Amino acid sequence: MAGAAALVAVVTLAACGAKTDTAGGTSDAAAKADTSGDTVKVGLLNSLSGTMAISEVTVRDSLKLAIDEINTSGGVLGKKIKPISEDGASDWPTFAEKASKLIKEDRVAATFGCWTSASRKAVKPVFEKNKSLLFYPVQYEGLEESPYIFYTGATTNQQIVPGLDYLKSQGKKSIYLVGSDYVFPRTANKIIRAYAKANGMKVLGEDYAPLGSTEFSTIANKVKASKADAVFNTLNGDSNVAFFKEYKSAGLTATSMPVVSVSIAEEEVKSIGSQYLAGQLTAWNYYQTTAGEANTKFVKAYKAKYGQDKPTSDPMEAAYTSVYLWKAMVEKAKSFDPEKVKAASDGITFDAPEGKVTVDGASQHIYKTARIGKIGTDGLIEQVWDSGKAIKPDPYLKGYSWASGLS
Amino acid sequence: MTVILGQTFTGISIGAVLLLIALGLSLTFGQMNVINMAHGEFIMAGAYTTYVLQKSISSAGLSLLVALPVAFLVAGGLGALLEWLLIRRLYLRPLDTLLVTWGVSLMLQQLARDIFGAPNVQTRAPDLLTGNITVIGGDDPLTFANSRLFILGLAITAVVALSLTLRLTPLGRRIRGVVQNRDLAEVSGISTSRVDRTAFFLGSGLAGVAGVALTLVGPIGPTMGTNIIIDAFLVIVVGGIGQLKGTVIVAFVLGVLQSVLEYSTTVSVAKVLVLVAIVAFLQWRPQGLYTLRTRSLV
Repeated sequence: MAGAAALVAVVTLAACGAKTDTAGGTSDAAAKADTSGDTVKVGLLNSLSGTMAISEVTVRDSLKLAIDEINTSGGVLGKKIKPISEDGASDWPTFAEKASKLIKEDRVAATFGCWTSASRKAVKPVFEKNKSLLFYPVQYEGLEESPYIFYTGATTNQQIVPGLDYLKSQGKKSIYLVGSDYVFPRTANKIIRAYAKANGMKVLGEDYAPLGSTEFSTIANKVKASKADAVFNTLNGDSNVAFFKEYKSAGLTATSMPVVSVSIAEEEVKSIGSQYLAGQLTAWNYYQTTAGEANTKFVKAYKAKYGQDKPTSDPMEAAYTSVYLWKAMVEKAKSFDPEKVKAASDGITFDAPEGKVTVDGASQHIYKTARIGKIGTDGLIEQVWDSGKAIKPDPYLKGYSWASGLS
Repeated sequence: MTVILGQTFTGISIGAVLLLIALGLSLTFGQMNVINMAHGEFIMAGAYTTYVLQKSISSAGLSLLVALPVAFLVAGGLGALLEWLLIRRLYLRPLDTLLVTWGVSLMLQQLARDIFGAPNVQTRAPDLLTGNITVIGGDDPLTFANSRLFILGLAITAVVALSLTLRLTPLGRRIRGVVQNRDLAEVSGISTSRVDRTAFFLGSGLAGVAGVALTLVGPIGPTMGTNIIIDAFLVIVVGGIGQLKGTVIVAFVLGVLQSVLEYSTTVSVAKVLVLVAIVAFLQWRPQGLYTLRTRSLV
């Protein structure tokens, strides 16, 4: 096994080497976007390979759709958008390296992408140092703000808190927490515990499985023995498959003990298999089935471009929306300069597929409608509840007294 | 009480999965001292075989039954091919076999990605295997998952079949002969290269069967083998290399240990504790549960 250890060491060293490269050689001066000529370049930074590719490729496709549409209708400030797509390869140091390349070599006006919190945390200092903009399209654990990041996915008060409110309204008094062992589920569960304490709900257990783990028999046994009213699931990726198979084997159902998931969208439902998920709940801001003319148009355009069997999902919709929001900000600022774009951002609106969204200039998050959905046997998600109006983003949960201890 | 019984059953069922994935490795590692890092990818091949068959056979139950022998042949064929192409040139150089088979495992993963795509795929379990049976009824019922019972049965069948093959058949006698004394077997007229290839075929075929079983538990993906192979090596090393008896005992002991620790702590802590227990055990018995001295397989 000595050989294997040596190889692991070599690989690790190589990865560290890549990381050092990105840290060095940055100047303090902001990298100016290249807007000479009749095009403006933007960066698309997604994992096109590795474990996250399944989700992030769909986001890249969705960004490209928005760019194509904008170009067809005349571009931004009279310039056509030219996307430069880079592969973050599901690896954080690579994300930082590619972000730096997009800003300094390609001199993009803005960058769209990232998915995992780890990749966002890795590129955050790069965008801040170079004073360049990132539009981040995925729901996340909150408790973060950056002057150079626009967050177009949900923060916790637009997804997790409404999910809990829904359980409470259904009379669920005890919950069990199951999640993957990394930053998002751990932070989310801290918030859930604080909420439960303040709302008279009992948390009967909290279990984490390593990312990618597929052995869930004991966790299923523990969940079953707890006799909780519901399960709050923050598992990511493949683990969901094994978890829901085991859940069914243990004789648990959506009727006896419903599961609310925050990381399973249409694409994931398709790969897990709706026979294991039918009847279970999800919390998001958008579903393919969301009513409205803007969504009908979006779904139709996406399927026409990428295939009739391809579902649309929440992160894809947030990514699509982010390009239009950037366009509106640029047009209001009459400039591609990030500082001017930022200054123009407050109050920008767009008729997104999820409904009208508004940018909150102070937090650089957006107002979003929360939606609880039920997974159907056809693999699509039907809305069973929505918040009625777009909820003001509150990444630090300042509006909730029970969240005062969190940071 | 039901909790203890339930967790013991869970432990035994984890042990059955471990046993299935380690069984073939015990044969190839024990027989030929080949550290086959591609063993996990043979498991993957078995799982994808199940997936492909299910696409052409609509009945989930029938496709599972057909998948068992077909996956055995597919994975076994891959193993025999690997042995013939590369490994037979590298006997007596265990570290080189490690590197070569590791390279092969990476290539097989990429091949799977090219054929089936990067996202994981699923099979439908037959209705019969998605439910559970109630062993003790009442307020706090004890239930056993049918899929886990099926895997347990499969593991027992595989152990018995392998054991009988090694004990009773001419092929088994030849394998044992080669393991005990390769040179003497050769001069006695046994074609050791043919025995090697057959043993490799059998060991890899068992990996294919393990792959079929795993489709009942979790997702099928290009990297599923990598996640499993470490556990399989642990079982073999602790059980004593080339020791069928040791493999069986250790697989069940580790399974029960994992499930009991997991219930009282968390998944991650339990994994660490099991590893610590293994390290401690190997300090005490570096050669594993059963010694290599007798060099017998059964």
